[in-house]
Amino acid sequence: MNHLILFPVLLPAVVGAIIILVMRFHTSLARTFSVATSLALLGIGWALLWESASGRIMVYDLGNWPAPFGIVLVLDRLSALMVALTATLALPVLLYAIGSGWDTRGRHFHALFLFQLMGIFGAFLTGDIFNLFVFFEILLIASYGLMIHAGGTRRMRAGVQYVIYNLLGSTLFLFALGTLYAVTGTLNMADLALRVAEIPAEQSALIRVAAVLLLAVFAVKAALIPLHFWLPATYADAPAPIAALFAIMTKIGAYAILRVFTLIFGPGVVATQGLVGTWLMPAALVTLAVGMIGVLGARQMGRLAAFAAIGSMGTLLVAIALFTPQGTAAALYYMVHSTLAGAMLFLVVDLVRARRAGEADWLTPAPLMAQSGLVASLFFAAAIAMAGMPPLSGFLGKLLVMDAVRSHPLVWTIWAVILTTSLVAVLGFARAGSALFWNTLPPEAAPDAPAAPTTLPFVATGGLLAMLTLLTLAAGPVTGFMAATAAQLTATGSYISAVLPDAPDAPDAPDAPDPSDPPEAPEAPAPEDTQ
Amino acid sequence: MEYLFSTAVGALTAGGIYLVLRQRTFTVILGISLLTYAVNLFLFASGRLSINLPAVLRYGTETYGDPLPQALVLTAIVISFGMTAVIVMLGLGAYLAARDDRIDLDDATPGATDTAPAQGKGDMT
Repeated sequence: MNHLILFPVLLPAVVGAIIILVMRFHTSLARTFSVATSLALLGIGWALLWESASGRIMVYDLGNWPAPFGIVLVLDRLSALMVALTATLALPVLLYAIGSGWDTRGRHFHALFLFQLMGIFGAFLTGDIFNLFVFFEILLIASYGLMIHAGGTRRMRAGVQYVIYNLLGSTLFLFALGTLYAVTGTLNMADLALRVAEIPAEQSALIRVAAVLLLAVFAVKAALIPLHFWLPATYADAPAPIAALFAIMTKIGAYAILRVFTLIFGPGVVATQGLVGTWLMPAALVTLAVGMIGVLGARQMGRLAAFAAIGSMGTLLVAIALFTPQGTAAALYYMVHSTLAGAMLFLVVDLVRARRAGEADWLTPAPLMAQSGLVASLFFAAAIAMAGMPPLSGFLGKLLVMDAVRSHPLVWTIWAVILTTSLVAVLGFARAGSALFWNTLPPEAAPDAPAAPTTLPFVATGGLLAMLTLLTLAAGPVTGFMAATAAQLTATGSYISAVLPDAPDAPDAPDAPDPSDPPEAPEAPAPEDTQ
Repeated sequence: MEYLFSTAVGALTAGGIYLVLRQRTFTVILGISLLTYAVNLFLFASGRLSINLPAVLRYGTETYGDPLPQALVLTAIVISFGMTAVIVMLGLGAYLAARDDRIDLDDATPGATDTAPAQGKGDMT
């Protein structure tokens, strides 16, 4: 077993606890440990990505219990990609929060940040669907704390909405898991895949309910319309660096859809055939349209960035809803791009907010802000990336998505929606940019220039831009890796045989359990994560 | 017993959903609590309802209750308990800051400086 797989979960948990116990009142110590941990996680994430590139699926049995009974962590290309992406995103966001002083405006920023990372990494690595729920809860409870970081009336009220929405999502998730377990008698993803595939079409009612419930839960996370209502207020009212970190949160929903609906309820499964793609595609198109129209209609920078995030999720889910290897590869490329670009946009929003005293991020005339040129050019780059204009990677991503839908029956509709919404987004960003940077009032007599400019926020924002550029330049190798990832996802057999080495001759697998007799009691150890 | 159990789950869920759709934070929190009770019962039933069956291996017994849902319910109870505590604190903080416990957010207006940190609210986290 490769113990490195455990570290993305273990390291932030341990360091976060140490920070909260020992360094509560030592800002510089907490910063040092937090940055060092993020650096280490970056190294681990990329090392895992490097190892996964060989195509071998690595499994870590926690407590050395064998797979269907114990809890496993599974590292395949997709998990490794998401872990590396999260680690790559976390470092600039953390540096920005330190450079702009956000981490000192409330308590326990660094500990919550690390717990959030732990939950995200765990959600990407786990091979057990109940554990996915547990890691969702970990990342959510950390995000509740981060969301209301630094307080403020409006932020608290938006936080209440956010928490309530996600609690309802968690309840739905539990209902879905209960149904799944009642039908199949297992919660291990690989084992689930085997048992769901055995269910005949005429007994599929309950499993279809479970599949749709799971889709609803992941759609809440992914802010798919009509389940997106939590996102605009949350992202706009959360501290902007936190909103930048939350750029990965919607992607967790996309990841979960990709994982569950390729591995367990894949296109070849009789019981749930034609269930997901038919619903997901129209919803994704509406999400894309609403998001980009929201960009055009937003009166605040924060809401503009939030709606841009919704729109990019729409594009991403259009590609995922195809459930073809090509579509998945395009979705993965676009996912990496939109995470980095969305985070960068939120950091730019905070740069603007810090420089405009009274008007904050309203798109209204105000005196010229400090370093207007630099901020404007960063905003320009982020807007190009989010709208999907050349030369940055958003353009390539959209091109890949459009190429992938070519054989879909709705191809013209999809192309029309993607192209029109791109135009709408360009208009929206152009309007916002000109209102912010050009439509300025003459400087006041006593300019109360807030916040002495520091370099670290610009370094962090520029770092994200550099990664976007790198993603564009290295598009060839990256798409090659994404295609390999998509191929690995489609070939579920390798995942299943990696987790359950002796799956074909597993004698105790009851096929399609009859509701009248109790299923065989699996000798499961108590979940290690129970607290 | 199945009828009693499913009726209980259904009634709790219905009441929970009704309360969640209210406008005030307090009733919504009550609704969420009812929903978590419902889901805990539901999870428990996912291992099939049985009476007087041991969940732990023991000599001389042939049939067992399924122990896994019990472990799942335990986890779910702990999590929902913690989450309820968080939402109560958060709702209380929002109520004290805004003097209003409606769920809906008003439309923000320019010039309203509501980004100023409220004193002492840092303890919430």
